Amino acid sequence: MNFKEKISIVLTDEPLQTNVVLDAVQSERAGAVDVFIGTVRNHTQERTVVRLDYEAYDSMAVKEMEKLAEQTCEQWPVEKIAIHHRKGTLYVGDIAVIIAVATPHRQAAFEACKFTIDTLKQTVPIWKKEIFDDGEVWVSAHP
Amino acid sequence: MKLNILLFGITRDIIGQQKLRYDLPEGATVPHLVKHLKESYPKLHDLDSVMIAVNNEYGQQGQVLHEDDEVALIPPVSGG
Repeated sequence: MNFKEKISIVLTDEPLQTNVVLDAVQSERAGAVDVFIGTVRNHTQERTVVRLDYEAYDSMAVKEMEKLAEQTCEQWPVEKIAIHHRKGTLYVGDIAVIIAVATPHRQAAFEACKFTIDTLKQTVPIWKKEIFDDGEVWVSAHP
Repeated sequence: MKLNILLFGITRDIIGQQKLRYDLPEGATVPHLVKHLKESYPKLHDLDSVMIAVNNEYGQQGQVLHEDDEVALIPPVSGG
Protein backbone atom coordinates (compact mmCIF):
# COMPACT_ATOMS: atom_id res chain seq x y z
CA MET A 1 0.00 0.00 0.00
CA ASN A 2 1.17 3.53 -0.71
CA PHE A 3 1.14 5.78 2.36
CA LYS A 4 3.14 8.67 0.82
CA GLU A 5 0.29 11.23 0.89
CA LYS A 6 -0.26 10.51 4.60
CA ILE A 7 3.33 11.16 5.68
CA SER A 8 5.24 14.36 6.48
CA ILE A 9 8.96 13.98 7.25
CA VAL A 10 11.27 16.88 8.09
CA LEU A 11 14.89 16.97 9.26
CA THR A 12 16.08 20.54 9.71
CA ASP A 13 18.55 22.96 11.31
CA GLU A 14 15.70 25.45 11.85
CA PRO A 15 13.51 25.61 14.99
CA LEU A 16 10.53 23.23 14.81
CA GLN A 17 7.03 24.74 14.66
CA THR A 18 4.18 22.95 16.41
CA ASN A 19 1.56 24.62 14.18
CA VAL A 20 3.34 23.42 11.02
CA VAL A 21 3.21 19.85 12.34
CA LEU A 22 -0.47 20.18 13.30
CA ASP A 23 -1.29 21.52 9.83
CA ALA A 24 0.52 18.53 8.30
CA VAL A 25 -1.75 16.04 10.09
CA GLN A 26 -5.01 17.89 9.39
CA SER A 27 -7.66 15.38 8.25
CA GLU A 28 -11.45 15.50 8.23
CA ARG A 29 -11.50 11.74 8.76
CA ALA A 30 -9.59 12.02 12.05
CA GLY A 31 -11.26 12.30 15.45
CA ALA A 32 -7.98 12.32 17.35
CA VAL A 33 -4.54 13.87 17.00
CA ASP A 34 -1.84 12.75 19.43
CA VAL A 35 1.29 14.91 19.61
CA PHE A 36 4.63 14.10 21.21
CA ILE A 37 7.09 16.93 21.73
CA GLY A 38 10.63 16.09 22.82
CA THR A 39 12.43 19.01 24.50
CA VAL A 40 15.89 19.65 25.91
CA ARG A 41 15.96 19.15 29.67
CA ASN A 42 18.31 21.06 31.96
CA HIS A 43 19.88 18.06 33.68
CA THR A 44 20.90 14.43 33.22
CA GLN A 45 21.11 12.69 36.58
CA GLU A 46 22.90 15.28 38.70
CA ARG A 47 24.74 17.06 35.89
CA THR A 48 23.69 20.45 34.52
CA VAL A 49 23.09 20.44 30.77
CA VAL A 50 24.33 23.51 28.88
CA ARG A 51 23.31 22.43 25.37
CA LEU A 52 22.86 19.43 23.07
CA ASP A 53 24.63 19.05 19.72
CA TYR A 54 22.60 16.90 17.32
CA GLU A 55 23.97 15.43 14.14
CA ALA A 56 22.38 13.16 11.57
CA TYR A 57 23.31 10.95 8.67
CA ASP A 58 20.81 13.01 6.71
CA SER A 59 19.99 10.82 3.72
CA MET A 60 19.61 7.65 5.79
CA ALA A 61 17.83 9.40 8.67
CA VAL A 62 15.13 10.71 6.33
CA LYS A 63 14.80 7.26 4.77
CA GLU A 64 14.51 5.58 8.18
CA MET A 65 11.91 8.13 9.32
CA GLU A 66 9.90 7.42 6.15
CA LYS A 67 10.14 3.67 6.76
CA LEU A 68 9.09 4.16 10.37
CA ALA A 69 6.06 6.26 9.38
CA GLU A 70 5.05 3.57 6.87
CA GLN A 71 5.40 0.91 9.54
CA THR A 72 3.13 2.92 11.86
CA CYS A 73 0.59 3.28 9.03
CA GLU A 74 0.64 -0.49 8.54
CA GLN A 75 -0.09 -1.19 12.22
CA TRP A 76 -2.73 1.49 13.01
CA PRO A 77 -5.49 3.17 10.97
CA VAL A 78 -3.44 6.35 10.47
CA GLU A 79 -4.99 9.23 8.51
CA LYS A 80 -1.90 11.43 8.75
CA ILE A 81 1.47 11.19 10.47
CA ALA A 82 4.26 13.75 10.85
CA ILE A 83 7.79 13.21 12.14
CA HIS A 84 9.81 16.43 12.35
CA HIS A 85 13.31 16.30 13.83
CA ARG A 86 15.75 19.11 14.54
CA LYS A 87 19.53 18.94 14.29
CA GLY A 88 22.39 21.29 15.16
CA THR A 89 22.85 23.02 18.50
CA LEU A 90 19.88 23.07 20.90
CA TYR A 91 19.54 24.74 24.27
CA VAL A 92 17.42 23.98 27.33
CA GLY A 93 13.72 24.19 26.42
CA ASP A 94 14.25 23.87 22.66
CA ILE A 95 12.18 21.32 20.76
CA ALA A 96 14.22 18.41 19.36
CA VAL A 97 11.42 16.35 17.84
CA ILE A 98 7.68 16.57 17.19
CA ILE A 99 5.59 13.55 16.25
CA ALA A 100 1.90 13.88 15.47
CA VAL A 101 -0.49 11.10 14.50
CA ALA A 102 -4.10 11.58 13.36
CA THR A 103 -6.47 8.61 13.54
CA PRO A 104 -10.26 8.19 13.64
CA HIS A 105 -10.27 7.35 17.39
CA ARG A 106 -7.95 8.29 20.26
CA GLN A 107 -6.67 4.88 21.37
CA ALA A 108 -4.89 4.28 18.07
CA ALA A 109 -3.44 7.80 18.06
CA PHE A 110 -1.91 7.31 21.54
CA GLU A 111 -0.47 3.89 20.67
CA ALA A 112 0.82 4.85 17.24
CA CYS A 113 2.50 8.01 18.55
CA LYS A 114 4.24 6.10 21.36
CA PHE A 115 5.41 3.40 18.96
CA THR A 116 6.79 6.03 16.59
CA ILE A 117 8.89 7.93 19.15
CA ASP A 118 10.09 4.71 20.85
CA THR A 119 11.18 3.21 17.51
CA LEU A 120 12.73 6.46 16.26
CA LYS A 121 15.03 6.43 19.27
CA GLN A 122 16.22 2.93 18.34
CA THR A 123 16.56 3.06 14.55
CA VAL A 124 17.00 6.55 13.10
CA PRO A 125 20.68 7.53 12.63
CA ILE A 126 20.68 10.75 14.64
CA TRP A 127 23.12 11.35 17.49
CA LYS A 128 23.25 13.83 20.33
CA LYS A 129 26.14 14.97 22.42
CA GLU A 130 25.28 16.35 25.84
CA ILE A 131 27.43 19.30 26.84
CA PHE A 132 27.47 19.76 30.61
CA ASP A 133 29.00 22.57 32.63
CA ASP A 134 31.82 20.12 33.44
CA GLY A 135 32.29 17.93 30.36
CA GLU A 136 30.51 16.28 27.45
CA VAL A 137 29.27 12.84 26.38
CA TRP A 138 27.75 11.14 23.31
CA VAL A 139 24.41 9.87 24.62
CA SER A 140 23.93 6.06 24.75
CA ALA A 141 27.32 5.34 23.14
CA HIS A 142 28.67 3.21 25.98
CA PRO A 143 26.95 0.37 27.86
CA MET B 1 39.09 -2.86 -2.62
CA LYS B 2 39.08 0.60 -1.11
CA LEU B 3 35.96 1.71 0.77
CA ASN B 4 35.05 5.27 1.72
CA ILE B 5 33.43 5.01 5.12
CA LEU B 6 31.34 7.87 6.53
CA LEU B 7 31.79 8.44 10.26
CA PHE B 8 29.36 9.97 12.73
CA GLY B 9 29.11 10.80 16.43
CA ILE B 10 31.50 8.99 18.70
CA THR B 11 33.03 6.90 15.90
CA ARG B 12 34.20 10.12 14.25
CA ASP B 13 35.84 11.13 17.54
CA ILE B 14 37.47 7.68 17.96
CA ILE B 15 38.82 7.47 14.42
CA GLY B 16 39.57 11.19 14.24
CA GLN B 17 38.16 12.00 10.80
CA GLN B 18 34.82 12.41 9.03
CA LYS B 19 35.56 9.98 6.24
CA LEU B 20 37.84 6.96 6.35
CA ARG B 21 39.46 5.37 3.31
CA TYR B 22 39.79 1.72 4.24
CA ASP B 23 41.25 -1.28 2.44
CA LEU B 24 39.42 -4.63 2.51
CA PRO B 25 39.78 -7.82 0.46
CA GLU B 26 37.32 -8.30 -2.42
CA GLY B 27 34.20 -10.14 -1.30
CA ALA B 28 34.40 -8.82 2.26
CA THR B 29 31.09 -8.70 4.10
CA VAL B 30 29.50 -6.38 6.67
CA PRO B 31 30.72 -8.49 9.66
CA HIS B 32 34.27 -8.59 8.16
CA LEU B 33 34.34 -4.81 8.04
CA VAL B 34 33.20 -4.51 11.67
CA LYS B 35 35.85 -7.02 12.77
CA HIS B 36 38.65 -5.28 10.85
CA LEU B 37 37.66 -1.83 12.10
CA LYS B 38 37.57 -3.04 15.70
CA GLU B 39 41.09 -4.42 15.25
CA SER B 40 42.31 -1.14 13.73
CA TYR B 41 40.50 1.01 16.31
CA PRO B 42 40.20 -0.98 19.57
CA LYS B 43 38.15 1.76 21.25
CA LEU B 44 35.24 0.68 19.04
CA HIS B 45 35.01 -2.39 21.32
CA ASP B 46 33.86 -0.12 24.15
CA LEU B 47 30.71 0.98 22.31
CA ASP B 48 27.31 -0.52 23.04
CA SER B 49 26.96 -1.43 19.34
CA VAL B 50 28.63 -0.77 16.00
CA MET B 51 26.47 -1.16 12.92
CA ILE B 52 27.22 -0.70 9.24
CA ALA B 53 24.93 1.08 6.81
CA VAL B 54 25.19 0.22 3.12
CA ASN B 55 23.56 2.63 0.64
CA ASN B 56 21.41 4.21 3.36
CA GLU B 57 20.09 0.93 4.79
CA TYR B 58 21.25 -1.10 7.78
CA GLY B 59 23.66 -3.76 6.47
CA GLN B 60 22.69 -7.41 6.89
CA GLN B 61 24.84 -10.25 8.24
CA GLY B 62 26.67 -11.79 5.28
CA GLN B 63 25.98 -8.85 2.96
CA VAL B 64 28.89 -8.46 0.53
CA LEU B 65 30.40 -4.97 0.20
CA HIS B 66 31.39 -3.32 -3.07
CA GLU B 67 33.79 -0.47 -3.76
CA ASP B 68 31.07 1.88 -5.04
CA ASP B 69 28.74 1.30 -2.05
CA GLU B 70 28.05 4.21 0.26
CA VAL B 71 29.20 2.75 3.58
CA ALA B 72 28.74 4.36 6.99
CA LEU B 73 29.64 3.37 10.51
CA ILE B 74 26.60 3.69 12.80
CA PRO B 75 27.34 3.96 16.54
CA PRO B 76 24.41 3.67 19.00
CA VAL B 77 21.79 6.19 17.87
CA SER B 78 20.36 8.77 20.28
CA GLY B 79 17.82 10.87 18.43
CA GLY B 80 14.64 12.21 19.95
